[in-house]
Amino acid sequence: MTELAPAPAVEAALRPPRSQWRDVWDQFRSHRGALFGLLVFGSIVMFSVVGPYLWTVDPKFIAIRSRDLGMSWAHPFGTDQLGRDIFARMMAGGRVSLAVGLTAMALSILLGTLIGVTAGFFRRLDGLLMRLTDLFLALPLLPLLLVMVMLFRESLARQFGPETGIFLLIVVAIGVTSWMQTARIVRGEVLALKEREFVLAARSIGTPPRRMILRHILPNVLSPIMVSATLGIATAIITESALSFLGLGFPPDFPTWGRLLFDGVDYLQQFPERVIWPGVYISLTVLSVNFIGDGLRDALDPRIRGR
Amino acid sequence: MLTYTLRRLLTAVPTLIFISFVIFLLLELAPGDPLADQPLTIPAEVRERMRTAMGLDEAAHVRYWKWLVQFVWVEPQVILDRWLGTSMAEGELRILSWQFRAPVFDIIWQRIPQTLTVVGIAYVVGVMIALPIGIVSAYRQYSWFDQIGTFVSMVGFSVPTFFTGVLLIVIFSVNLGWFPSIYDTTLRVTDWPSFVRQVSQMVMPVAVLALYNAAQISRFMRSSMLDNLNQDYVRTARAKGMGETTVVLVHVLRNSLIPVVTVIALGVPTIFAGAIITEQVFKVNGLGQLLITAIQANDLPMVQTLTFVFAVLIVTFNLIADILYGILDPRIRYD
Repeated sequence: MTELAPAPAVEAALRPPRSQWRDVWDQFRSHRGALFGLLVFGSIVMFSVVGPYLWTVDPKFIAIRSRDLGMSWAHPFGTDQLGRDIFARMMAGGRVSLAVGLTAMALSILLGTLIGVTAGFFRRLDGLLMRLTDLFLALPLLPLLLVMVMLFRESLARQFGPETGIFLLIVVAIGVTSWMQTARIVRGEVLALKEREFVLAARSIGTPPRRMILRHILPNVLSPIMVSATLGIATAIITESALSFLGLGFPPDFPTWGRLLFDGVDYLQQFPERVIWPGVYISLTVLSVNFIGDGLRDALDPRIRGR
Repeated sequence: MLTYTLRRLLTAVPTLIFISFVIFLLLELAPGDPLADQPLTIPAEVRERMRTAMGLDEAAHVRYWKWLVQFVWVEPQVILDRWLGTSMAEGELRILSWQFRAPVFDIIWQRIPQTLTVVGIAYVVGVMIALPIGIVSAYRQYSWFDQIGTFVSMVGFSVPTFFTGVLLIVIFSVNLGWFPSIYDTTLRVTDWPSFVRQVSQMVMPVAVLALYNAAQISRFMRSSMLDNLNQDYVRTARAKGMGETTVVLVHVLRNSLIPVVTVIALGVPTIFAGAIITEQVFKVNGLGQLLITAIQANDLPMVQTLTFVFAVLIVTFNLIADILYGILDPRIRYD
């Protein structure tokens, strides 16, 4: 008889705490553009990764008799001047473009985080590394990228084969020229974190620098890194397609979205859709990734979250 | 302020020398022979004489030093000669382009007007569009105008310029036939019809670049206005009974423009690099197109000089932006 229903406040206190990522996801969900971006980006990734298993036409198969066909059920996007199926080429191109974007982003984030954390954590290296960052920011990046790709293309292609060689070259070139923003943001965050009490506490019990960085610093700078990683995919994809568009990207028989657009320009008057499809795919990917980055920035900021 | 400017100028010099060295090293380390595209039938001793004529037989550091001297000592003298009518640089060896067999800077001077008319006007137009949009979006935050502005600017810097350019060509040149798709640089504006032709061929490249620039600058303008609109001095101005127009367009705008002006200054060198693609789309034979053809023709002195000119632009405008910030904002004290 004396059993009382627990008060709501007590019940709320007894419930297991919500995890941080749950909160982040809830905030992310409330950003309509970001959710839409996730949907579009997800379907583009599915199109390029799963698509070739369902649409088993070889993108390199030349059927000269059925060239320059319009849209039909046999060829949803038509065929090109050599009779290759454009739908299959878009899928193959998407795979390469997305792979370049993701790998180059990973490289640039790795470099940026490494340099940012080192500069922020070890005061002695700070001046030197930030000078280096300023130097890289003063470099004319697009001209240098063009020069690098042009000059090193053949020797790398000879060493690793035409496709892997160019892939490595473009990924490394983009990664090496795009880490500076991340490094600056990370360094700023690390400098602020170093003054906090928990770092002082960890230092006072004799935590070595390596564990300090891995356990205490890195998890706390994760959110700016994640945001710049998302935006980095977009920049890398745009840079790769710009290089391909200028004729200095992948070899002609190796489709990427930028390359397909570049090839389509020659047939602009008769078949404008050959330019439109790759362009729309590049733009949609970049737009959706930018929206995801926007939503992620809001979701990971605890000052905005929960309001 | 003066000491700060002097200090920055002094640090800019080693930075630039280092950058020029990096560019030189990159070109030096690259495999490939500049004479590789010459016929194989050329006898060995003639080939050797050609290498000597191109200055390739000397050690790398000698060639770098010669290039540096030509860039910072001989070429300024040539410019001074042209302005003052003197003959200081007479007989001095200038940086020669391998593909044109002419001084690199003469070709650059020929190409600058095309780039400046297209890119420069596009930047001015972009800023002109961006500032009002940013002001209105911030003043009416979360209104339908702001929502549309946010979306359009997101689209503006997500869609690459090579796609917007090609899209405009498909719509306005191929389908509607309003504007020419190729920029004719031989056109001289002498009378009204040629002026109309000039304007109509500039519409599309300018629109492409202006959209791209406006998208970024309008975002900066908006967030800078938002920072200022909630400040105490705005409330004070309103409390004094000032009209809303004065408050927003005089008090808030002047303060919000400070960071935006630096962003605009920082953007100037990047538009030269970004214009490489737009020039390629519309076949404008400006600096960007010159760089691309030089890269494809393996014209190393041209590539080296042009890339370094871009680097000089970046360093100069970084400096200008920092100094402008110090002049415009009395709260910033560098000394």
